[in-house]
Parts: sequence; structure tokens; C-alpha cells
Amino acid sequence: MKTLIPFFAVVILIVLALAGVNMANMQFLFGVAIPYAALATFILGVIYRVVKWGRSPVPFCIPTTCGQQKSLPWIKQDKIENPSSTGWVIVRMALEVLLFRSLFRNIKTELRDGPKLAYGSDKWLWLAGLAFHWSFLIILVRHFRFFSLGVPFPIRMIEGLDSFLQIGVPLFYMTDAVILAAVTYLFIRRMTIPTVKYISLPADYFPLFLILAIAASGVIMRYFAKVDIVSVKQLTMGLVSFSPVIPKGIGSIFYVHLFLISILFAYFPFSKLVHMAGVFMSPTRNMANDSRMVRHINPWNYPVHVHTYEEYENDFRAKMKAAGLPVEKE
Amino acid sequence: MYNAGKILIGLIIFFGLATFPFFYNMGKAIAKPEPKVDTPEIMKLAKQDRKCVESKEFMRAEHMQLLNEWRDSVVRSNTRVYVNAEGKKFDMSLQNTCMRCHSNKKKFCDECHNYMAVKPYCWDCHIAPKEKES
Repeated sequence: MKTLIPFFAVVILIVLALAGVNMANMQFLFGVAIPYAALATFILGVIYRVVKWGRSPVPFCIPTTCGQQKSLPWIKQDKIENPSSTGWVIVRMALEVLLFRSLFRNIKTELRDGPKLAYGSDKWLWLAGLAFHWSFLIILVRHFRFFSLGVPFPIRMIEGLDSFLQIGVPLFYMTDAVILAAVTYLFIRRMTIPTVKYISLPADYFPLFLILAIAASGVIMRYFAKVDIVSVKQLTMGLVSFSPVIPKGIGSIFYVHLFLISILFAYFPFSKLVHMAGVFMSPTRNMANDSRMVRHINPWNYPVHVHTYEEYENDFRAKMKAAGLPVEKE
Repeated sequence: MYNAGKILIGLIIFFGLATFPFFYNMGKAIAKPEPKVDTPEIMKLAKQDRKCVESKEFMRAEHMQLLNEWRDSVVRSNTRVYVNAEGKKFDMSLQNTCMRCHSNKKKFCDECHNYMAVKPYCWDCHIAPKEKES
């Protein structure tokens, strides 16, 4: 059930787009209205989530570290794993965001005969995750050629590198194969590792199926059932110049592709996908471990009335003296 | 909001990236490409003979694949005759078959390729026809 519900949700979305375009002729809805609404939801939703996180106080200095803290001068600090300044926090964050450094440490545990607990290296999740995220980014960036006239050089360069192998025509993009393989691996991983399967929810499977369907529809459109690409660009250029047009005769698979992406964008801020913004807002990652140098004030703190010893002695000095107790001030 | 300065910088970068296509194309004239098929060679033909090797729809979607197959067939197996869906025979040649009619590379090929930012590698080997700037 946990897999079937999201699977059929994606199937229904595809059927919805096909029916809407082929039977009801709702090209404007699927080609213009929904993409605009989805982009607006995406932008406003992410801003809303980030502002909400920003308003949450961080009561303690809680960076998660796994290296030597800054200490005495003759003890070597592990600056990346245990940063004590903003500069090194940025380095650590960059490695985390770009290379998934913490996932690289992923290990597997096994209970062997004995009984003996064994730990082993497990880099496949890291590798597949990295392959998936990077190919998704490259695919997103090279789609910019549909949204600009006079495509800027960096975009053309990325596209050139992606199609570097010059296999077939239209040139085969490496990232197309990588993303399909990586998403398939991530799905099989969820299905076959019992512990991972147990904790997986429909909200974990849905983005996988959705992204798989988006990538597959894109691949089909580029290599197999080709659509009229010039008309597609007319539509996308109409969108970005706020003068939407619906050129005739674009294959309906294009509207499926566009609709699924719109769903992904609209779904983004309200799902686990928002880790794109969340990773920057994680106190365990974005704080410097400087608690021995700077006092972290809990923003929740309200003024507490403290009764100091000095005040206590002032209150009871006479009685303390009478009882023969020592006092600090005579 | 805590750390408002840093968060705002991040949000501004996010907003800028997410809306970049809108800003990038601001104030640009967006003309759709109109490839021209009015070369003298085509105009010489009778109206009913003005047909490409395959149908217009097929050529629009699959011309690159067709050319790729032609290249492989000529270069690798020395087969130079193409039989189209109607059974008509053609010489597999970009320069002698395609470009004989479509002699206007700039207005026929480049019109859409430039619009889509596609750089076909035909002209890495073939010599592009010399055309007067129009």
C-alpha cells in the first residue's frame, strides 16, 4: 500500500494531463495556468518555510561534530569537522551541500554469528544520492535553453559536456541515463532493505515515482516519440515573457512532462523535498562550535529574578552572626 | 526572525535564481523562427513535386536521425541508395540531395537550430554552402 498509493497517484496525474489535453483541449490550463500557479507556489512556499524556520529560536549551541574541537594551541584542531569560525562553517556546509560529506560516512551494521556486531563501509547510498542530485541539477540548468533566446555560454558549455559522447542524434545526454539509473537504484534500495522499507512512507515513494516519470517522459520526448520542439520553445518563451501562447500540434506527452514538473514544483515546499532550503537552516550544520569562546544566549530566556548569596547575606546577616555562622561582609 | 541578515541574503539569491529566466529575457523581442523553403531550386519544381524525401511531419521530427542513418550507411557500409516510404529512390547525400533543394542553409537550417541553441556537427566535416548575407 505504501508503494501502490503514490504509484497510482502518479499514474492518475499522467492520465489527468493526457485526458485534459487530448479530450478536453485544456492546453491553456496545462500549458500556462498550472505552470504559473506551480512556480508561484514554489517560490512563496519556500520563502514561507524558510521564514518559519528563521523565526524558530535555537536554544543551544548544537553543531554536530566529529573531530577535535579548538582547544589548547598544541592540540591540532579538525577545522572542517569541528569549525569554530564562520569561514570554516561555510567550508563544512559547502562540502555537505555539494558532496554530501556526512552521508559519505554512512555505515552498515550487521549482527553476525557469535553473536558479533559488525560494521562495514556502505557508500552506495552516497554514490547514488550524489549521482541523482548532480544529474538533476545539470538537467535543470540545461533546460534553461528552452527559456532564453541567445542561450548564455555557460549553459551551452554544460550541455556540450553532457552530450560529449556524441552518441546518436539528437545527441545522447549522459545525465539522462544517470538520473534514471540513480532513481531506480534509490527505489530498489527502499524496496529491498527491510529496515529501510519499514520506515519508508508514501511521501518517500511519491517523489521517486514523480521524478522517475518526469525523467522518463523527457527521455521519451527527446529520443523516441519526438514533439515539435520549436513549438515547445515558443510556449516556454511565451511563459517567461508573460505573453503566453499555445502553439498548435505539440505532442500531448509534452503536457504530461510539464504537468508533472508543475506538480513537483507545487509539492516541493510542503514535502521532504524542501531539504533543498532546509539543509542551510540546520543548526547542527550551520553553527560554529565556539561554545568555549562565545556564550550562546537562549533566545527564549526571559528575565529570571535571581536571589544572589550577597542578597541572602544582607537579608540574614544579623541572624547568621547571632548563630555564629561566618559571613563575607561584616 | 533570527539571523535575519543572512537568511534574507539566502532568500534573495533563491528568488533571483528561481525567476532568472524572466529577468534574462526582459525586453527581448521574441520572434519565432520561420524556415524558408523558397529556394530557386524548389520554385523550379511543379507544385505537386515539391516534396522532401519523407513527409513534412516526419522530417520535422526525425531529420536528424535520418541524416545520422544516412551517414552511417554511406560511411560504414557504402550503401548510398535510400528508399523512402513511397518507394522512391534517393542518393544519400547531404550536399547533393538535401542541399540541392535547400541551398539556403542560413534561412533553412540555422533558423531553427539557432533558436533552439542546437549546434549540429554536420559542418564539422561537410563544407557549408557559401551564401550571401541577406
